[in-house]
Amino acid sequence: MSPVLEAGNLRVTFGTSVAAVRGVSLTMNRGETHCLVGESGCGKSVTALAIMGLLSRTAHRSADILRFHDYDLTRLSERGMARLRGDRIAMIFQEPMTSLNPAYTVGSQMAEVFQRHRRVSRATALDRAAELLQRVGITAPGLRLKQYPHQLSGGLRQRVMISMALMCEPELLIADEPTTALDVTVQAQILRLLQNLQRELGLSLLLITHDLGIVARMADRVSVMYAGEIVESAPAGALFAAPTHPYTRGLLRCIPVPRQVRRDEPLGSIPGVVPRIAPDFVGCSFRDRCAQAMPDCARHVPRQRATIDHDYLCRLPTDWTRAEAA
Amino acid sequence: MLRFLLRRAVLALLVCLTVLVISFALTRLSGDLAISIAGPNATEQDIATVRKNYGLDRPLPTQFVDWAVHAAEGDLGRSYLYHAPVAGLIKERMPITLTLGLTGLVIALVVAIPLGVIAAMREGSLLDRAIGLLALFGQAMPSFWLSLVLIIWLGLNLQLLPISGVDTWQGYIMPGIVLAFSAIPALMRLTRAGMIDALSSDYIRTARAKGLSSTKIVLKHALRNAAMPVVSVAAVQLGFMLGGSIVIEAVFALHGVGYLAWESISKNDFPVVQAVVLILAIIYIGLTLLADAMNAVLDPRLRAA
Repeated sequence: MSPVLEAGNLRVTFGTSVAAVRGVSLTMNRGETHCLVGESGCGKSVTALAIMGLLSRTAHRSADILRFHDYDLTRLSERGMARLRGDRIAMIFQEPMTSLNPAYTVGSQMAEVFQRHRRVSRATALDRAAELLQRVGITAPGLRLKQYPHQLSGGLRQRVMISMALMCEPELLIADEPTTALDVTVQAQILRLLQNLQRELGLSLLLITHDLGIVARMADRVSVMYAGEIVESAPAGALFAAPTHPYTRGLLRCIPVPRQVRRDEPLGSIPGVVPRIAPDFVGCSFRDRCAQAMPDCARHVPRQRATIDHDYLCRLPTDWTRAEAA
Repeated sequence: MLRFLLRRAVLALLVCLTVLVISFALTRLSGDLAISIAGPNATEQDIATVRKNYGLDRPLPTQFVDWAVHAAEGDLGRSYLYHAPVAGLIKERMPITLTLGLTGLVIALVVAIPLGVIAAMREGSLLDRAIGLLALFGQAMPSFWLSLVLIIWLGLNLQLLPISGVDTWQGYIMPGIVLAFSAIPALMRLTRAGMIDALSSDYIRTARAKGLSSTKIVLKHALRNAAMPVVSVAAVQLGFMLGGSIVIEAVFALHGVGYLAWESISKNDFPVVQAVVLILAIIYIGLTLLADAMNAVLDPRLRAA
């Protein structure tokens, strides 16, 4: 089966000084949840916006491959891309409070996307909107459709955003930290909702998050991003069981796991912050924060395979972790 | 919605009262009215007669209440110059001034909003800077000078438009352009600033993620949110145009309210001055109220407030 989305060597630069995404490659199959994890500023959101073609005018995107089904997104015109967006590829954002237009009702904003792509009457579009609001667990959808965004809570607004993204039954849903701005109970509801919808609709979900708890719960496959690169990518189980890149290992040590953390032992942390990377940067971008760094890390770093579907970007051999444990 | 408008209306009424007091006080502050009405060759006796006849010998509060009550009934006194009721004089001239002001406003909006939108969409480009420069010129240009340039160029050299009077509708075009010029820079900059703000907002990103056409994104989603300050300022600008058309009405010989005001100021016809100030102020307040109502229509969040 051909993949839903395929990106190869995707790059995004801002001007001549900042490279936000540096050669990201990923493949998404039908019905798969692919989690993109990493710290703030590592290029997760920019990757998503680059796939959507929603980068600002100051950004420059290039890619060897950027395909959605049979569409070559690198060659698609803005109009062609606009026809896909909201119809076959949809996106939800981190900021539910500001992502809806304050001047229009929920119903009008939801109907709009269906009318744009399906050429149906407004009444039909509103019926569809009501149906989807019900589906995401909103009671009294008829009332909500007539309300304005400021009359809804954050959780409700994010549900509206999700149902709006689903109006045209997209094949690919990109969710950029969809629960970060919400409180914990609402987070859990939204995640469960996304899981159910994905199963029912056979959605491919590209879920961007910095929360490893969410990854563990949702992901089929995980890609760990650092300074604009995917430093490790593996099926979720393999990644949690055998993290290989020093950064991934560092990240996992930062999560408190019940029965494994001890009261007198501090939780792990990675010293330093994600560096700003210029386009001409060579070598491993993590080397300044890495305990395993060696002089050769300033030169080219190879992408190695730990197993057939588990790769990582580091000079260390696959079995180095055994040496560390010993 | 209703409560919002009601509150604004009560406020407007209070402003009206204040204006009433001020417009009354201003004319009394400009010297002894009896002396100016009686004229330069009047004797003490004449002045005393005038003072008595016009009721200027009464205490100020009495004069004010008398005038205010009459004004509320639509009686704005009699003009000393025209020997006619002031209300009638103003009523006769108001249509000219209103037509002129509205012409100016329409021209200003038709020019300023598209320019502002284009400048915002091409922020930082050469085009944006050129439009900014144009606005600067517009702001710096004195309206009497622009009037004369237009009269010479369009009126005398090209003979496209009449140079004075409003016998035909074409007579409104040149003064309308001049009036518009003073309002365009502010409206243009506000539109540009509002659009830049709106275009970088999260809901515009959502609109783009929905695959909407750029026309719809700009005109439906961005402009609606950028329009509110523009509406408020446009209302104020129309007020300025109505009140500030004195120079232009004089240059183009349009016998509107501005011309009447200019005449009565120079001839000390104080009931007319007082009435013009009052009526322009009321129009101004009405326009602000209208702008509030329009903003409430544009922004649902205001209706709840």
